[in-house]
Amino acid sequence: MAKISSIQDIERIAKEKRDSLFKKPVISISSGTCGQARGSLKIVEAFKRAIYGLEDMVSIKVSGCHGFCSAEPNVIVYPDEIFYPNLKPEHAGKIIHATLKGEPVESLLYREKGNKFAHLKDIPFYREQKRNLLSDNPLIDPTSIDDYIAIGGYQALAKVLNMDPEEVIAEIKKSGLRGRGGAGFPTGIKWEIARKQKEEMKLIICNADEGDPGAYMDRSLLEGNPHRVIEGMLIGAYAIGASVGYVYVRNEYPLAIKNLTEAIRQAHEYGFLGKNILGSDFNFVIKINRGGGAFVCGEETALMQSVEGKPGDPRPRPPYPAEKGLWEYPTVINNVETWANVTKIMEKGAEWFSSVGTDGSKGTKIFSLVGKVKNTGLVEVPMGMSIQELIYKVGGGGQNGKRIKGVQIGGPSGGCIPKELFHLPIDYESLTSAGAIMGSGGLIVLDERTCMVDLAKYFLKFLKEESCGKCTPCREGIERMHEILENITTGKGKEEDIKLLEELASVVKDASLCGLGKTAPNPVLTTLRYFRDEYEAHVNQRKCPAGVCKDLIRYEILEDVCNGCGACLRPCPQEAISGEKRKVHRIDQSKCIKCGICYETCKFDAIAII
Amino acid sequence: MEVSKLDEIIEKYRYDESGIIGILHEIQEKERYLPEDALKYVCEKLDIPPSQIYHLATFFKAFSLVPKGKHNVTVCLGTACHVRGGQKIVENLERELKIKAGQTTKDKLITLETVNCLGCCAIGPIVVVDGEYHGEMASQKALRLLEDLKKEG
Repeated sequence: MAKISSIQDIERIAKEKRDSLFKKPVISISSGTCGQARGSLKIVEAFKRAIYGLEDMVSIKVSGCHGFCSAEPNVIVYPDEIFYPNLKPEHAGKIIHATLKGEPVESLLYREKGNKFAHLKDIPFYREQKRNLLSDNPLIDPTSIDDYIAIGGYQALAKVLNMDPEEVIAEIKKSGLRGRGGAGFPTGIKWEIARKQKEEMKLIICNADEGDPGAYMDRSLLEGNPHRVIEGMLIGAYAIGASVGYVYVRNEYPLAIKNLTEAIRQAHEYGFLGKNILGSDFNFVIKINRGGGAFVCGEETALMQSVEGKPGDPRPRPPYPAEKGLWEYPTVINNVETWANVTKIMEKGAEWFSSVGTDGSKGTKIFSLVGKVKNTGLVEVPMGMSIQELIYKVGGGGQNGKRIKGVQIGGPSGGCIPKELFHLPIDYESLTSAGAIMGSGGLIVLDERTCMVDLAKYFLKFLKEESCGKCTPCREGIERMHEILENITTGKGKEEDIKLLEELASVVKDASLCGLGKTAPNPVLTTLRYFRDEYEAHVNQRKCPAGVCKDLIRYEILEDVCNGCGACLRPCPQEAISGEKRKVHRIDQSKCIKCGICYETCKFDAIAII
Repeated sequence: MEVSKLDEIIEKYRYDESGIIGILHEIQEKERYLPEDALKYVCEKLDIPPSQIYHLATFFKAFSLVPKGKHNVTVCLGTACHVRGGQKIVENLERELKIKAGQTTKDKLITLETVNCLGCCAIGPIVVVDGEYHGEMASQKALRLLEDLKKEG
């Protein structure tokens, strides 16, 4: 492939590729990490076998994640966008033959509440979304730069190279784009600060250290559409005057690293990276740095330390990275989703972007809708959609008919919002006022079987291990708070503990050095604010209302439900269950270690947590 | 670890100090841990003190200074996996293997680990066995995976 050296070249190639891409029906197989965990590679194999000899009439595409994780493995058939969820390898032949006839396989279509849906756009999970970024994933094979060019890729870059860098920054400012990584700092302003610095050398970083447990949109974007992120970085580099960029990516994302590495190689081959990009005098290269499994490295100053080859200890700000960043050079750090949005904004214009969203939060945001909710997956919705709509309309409500009681937003730095506040719109300000944060967009739905005290303890344990230990409030404060919660959840809580927790939380919040410590008390503070009764039940009545905390519960067999099937008998590691066939079984409480295996084994809900 | 292989890795990162985390990753991928002699060699070649490399190797969770077992079982403890019972799975595997998370069985067959989040939250709890992801796990299912590993040897 010869290097592409002009805008006309890109447009010509795009047209050629586009024409060939949709000449015949395309079966797009979702095969991100989630899909693969659910067996998508076997589906790919089955389609490859079934299509043998029919390649001229229909084609298959192995794409990144389609977003609807609980329906994995799934395929979308283009151009009609027919959606087939939860496939098995034996379905491949049927789908190919029906596609050739131009009709759907009725028996394999998506069903919800007695209704059948053929088209993607009609399925409730997709219908309520606005997938500006995610809708490209199924259209492309992430390892093919040609696919990306076919859907208009690198045209935004071509456009930008004919603009003044200041104009590019003005456009991003006008769009109202705010950082998607957590804090929501206006992207255009960050760029402007970096551009104004006197140093000649400037740097770009893409923060792909998506450390918030429960969030994985960045993984999906990097896996499914890496060129979109590369193009965004190119635009940012041109705007601020940088010639080197780094992607700091989690080591836990092997497929993302693989696809990104390949994408960078192809972009070099085509001349989108390297010297004299598209015939201009703009040069830019991208290097990949792998993380080492440290949560704190998602914090920008710690991340930069790590790129420099040092342990990820944060440093105080100011100076901000845009003034003095990596190796003391002005550095713009944005996260993956922000960079992907940059490309879209320069392609379609600031007004297109800001036409959705709220006054202070423009555009769409990707959330990972997970936990105790029926439809799990990555959802992209306009900023300002209410939590209620997101969980019930897109997510389809609780799992197995269980009652939802709240949602955890924003990872360990975020907070828990109770269902009474589900009317709140999802934007930066509303979430902050409720004690949570937007964070990177992890949205974990909690139901009656989630213990809020246990959840707060979980986050503190997480943060305790991840605290770098440099400043005392964070290092010691989190440790002590965790200790108190450990006592409360094991039935050793004292009445004054709750007050002490609140006091410690406020000290850690005010006195910690970096974002990790400053936000660490959020999960404790919000659960205390909205679910205080659960804390009180643990302390005063020595009870865990959700039935989670081991020391405060016991498992019992319900005599009127148990049919004596014996399924729980064998797996019990303690031989604590006894009973004859077809007669009510019993658990010997003195032997029971509360491992919960009988509970998950019983198909008749005959085991209760008391 | 062979010196020629180490040289190859260090060469790839152009003797650049900022590439050191990458170098450690590559050594660990080949050896499944960071052998002391390999680390000493890297220190010499890059002209950095052993304390620095030790700091890095212990700061980042991904690195191990002790050899790992033949098989690796990793349980995800991200928030979504936690609320769906990930912790219970860890406890049951610990009991079955008679080790704590982070340790290796006496016969060096299985290393049990936990991870903060693998980003497969929608289909949690996740258990990864030798790189293969298993979604929607429960204690029983996970114990069966162990049985398979033990059979395989």
